[in-house]
Amino acid sequence: MSGSESHLSVNDDRSVSRREPGGGLAVALWATLRRDLTLLMRRRSEVLNPLVFFALVITLFPIGISPDPQLLATIAPGLLWVAALLAALLSLDSLFRGDYDDGSLEQLLLTPQSLPMLVMAKVAVHWLLTGLPLALMAPVLGIMLSLPAGSYLILALSLALGTASLSLIGAIGAALTVGLSRGGVLLSLLVLPLYIPVLIFGAGAVQAAILGDGAMAHLAILGALLALALMLAPWAIAASLRISING
Amino acid sequence: MWAFINKLRSPKWFYAISARLQPVFWVAAAVLLLVGSVWGLAFAPADYQQGNSFRIIYVHVPAAFLAQSIFVSMAVAGLVYMVWKIKIADMAAAMMAPLGAAMTFVSLFSGAVWGVPTWGTWWMWDARLTSMLILLFLYLGVIALRGAFTSRDSASRAASVLAMVGVINIPIIKYSVDWWYTLHQPATFTITGRAAMPMEMWAPLLIMVLGFYSFFIALTLMRTRSEILRRESNKRWVRELIGEER
Repeated sequence: MSGSESHLSVNDDRSVSRREPGGGLAVALWATLRRDLTLLMRRRSEVLNPLVFFALVITLFPIGISPDPQLLATIAPGLLWVAALLAALLSLDSLFRGDYDDGSLEQLLLTPQSLPMLVMAKVAVHWLLTGLPLALMAPVLGIMLSLPAGSYLILALSLALGTASLSLIGAIGAALTVGLSRGGVLLSLLVLPLYIPVLIFGAGAVQAAILGDGAMAHLAILGALLALALMLAPWAIAASLRISING
Repeated sequence: MWAFINKLRSPKWFYAISARLQPVFWVAAAVLLLVGSVWGLAFAPADYQQGNSFRIIYVHVPAAFLAQSIFVSMAVAGLVYMVWKIKIADMAAAMMAPLGAAMTFVSLFSGAVWGVPTWGTWWMWDARLTSMLILLFLYLGVIALRGAFTSRDSASRAASVLAMVGVINIPIIKYSVDWWYTLHQPATFTITGRAAMPMEMWAPLLIMVLGFYSFFIALTLMRTRSEILRRESNKRWVRELIGEER
């Protein structure tokens, strides 16, 4: 009698959990977002380092090439984009590293919620705390490189759109290498070739804004790349995380 | 179809069937490459603009073809491995990758050598050259990732995922590089004579392309066979086989 009762209650639990996932996913997403944001805000240097790196690399170019404002103005769009891309790359290695080391990544994989969605929350936090600050900082460095007027807004917009794709694509590489003890250099080897289309259209948008025509077309293509990455990357990231955890 | 896929699961069956297929492709490769290179290098007429230097095409174009199709076959093999867990597919993918990287390098190098007499420079940031260079980096990434894992199973699955991600990106990279090239650099040089090529030049090229493909298949079969023996070296049938041959 008591056995059948406990059987019933198990069934009840199941039916409850079956009804729940819709709300459960939103709760899990929110929890992941808040947890990652809190963790990163408590280690501010990790958030600041890519920005300092960005400024440093930009400082190297006038020293290494020439302080001539005219020359700098012609190469500024490409320089700013390449430096921002490298700064975003630098921060990728820590995307899953901490969670892998303390085991919370395994817990994330064990949750009943869809892993691609949870991974999206982590990538969103990464973009909020690296891509977006880089985009906001770029115009200041643009002034230092005497970037022609009228392209500053496009520079920030293209970086904000582009770094979102970079975070998504880079997360695939980060997920593939998180189980390796020295994955840093390998990560850049895997990810940089995949960054090239974003770089082309991002730097192209700023160039087009300087020439005065076609910047919106470039931004539209950056948006299309982002849409494609949003659609496909989460699945690849989830599959790669599963491989890294099991291996 | 399913019976065939189930048979593919057995390395032993593949080892037996490839023993019969392998000589066919080796002979085909030898004959085609010999006929194609002698015809192309000695008997095909010289180009009226480029003279004899155009003959590099007989190495350059087949290598470039192979470079691209090997990456696609690697990704297909990766997909087959991930979906049906067929180990042969992964072994073949692992064996293809270095050959694909080598072919990409050959096509880049022969392109550079060809560039000296036609363009007057070893390297141009031409759209096609640039996408081939990026393809080489993609190959190196897949090879490096496979080598970085200590567990073979993880290495196989990671390399499969990366090959699939790469193959989705290849067309995107190709079109964006074309866009970048037309945007930044006006076409100062175009490769002439691509559209209208006389039969005497075209036929040896086709033979060379087929020869390169046969060579690729034969070499992949051979290398996959030795990889089967290496990975299955503790299975009974392999021990019996090696015992027999001793």
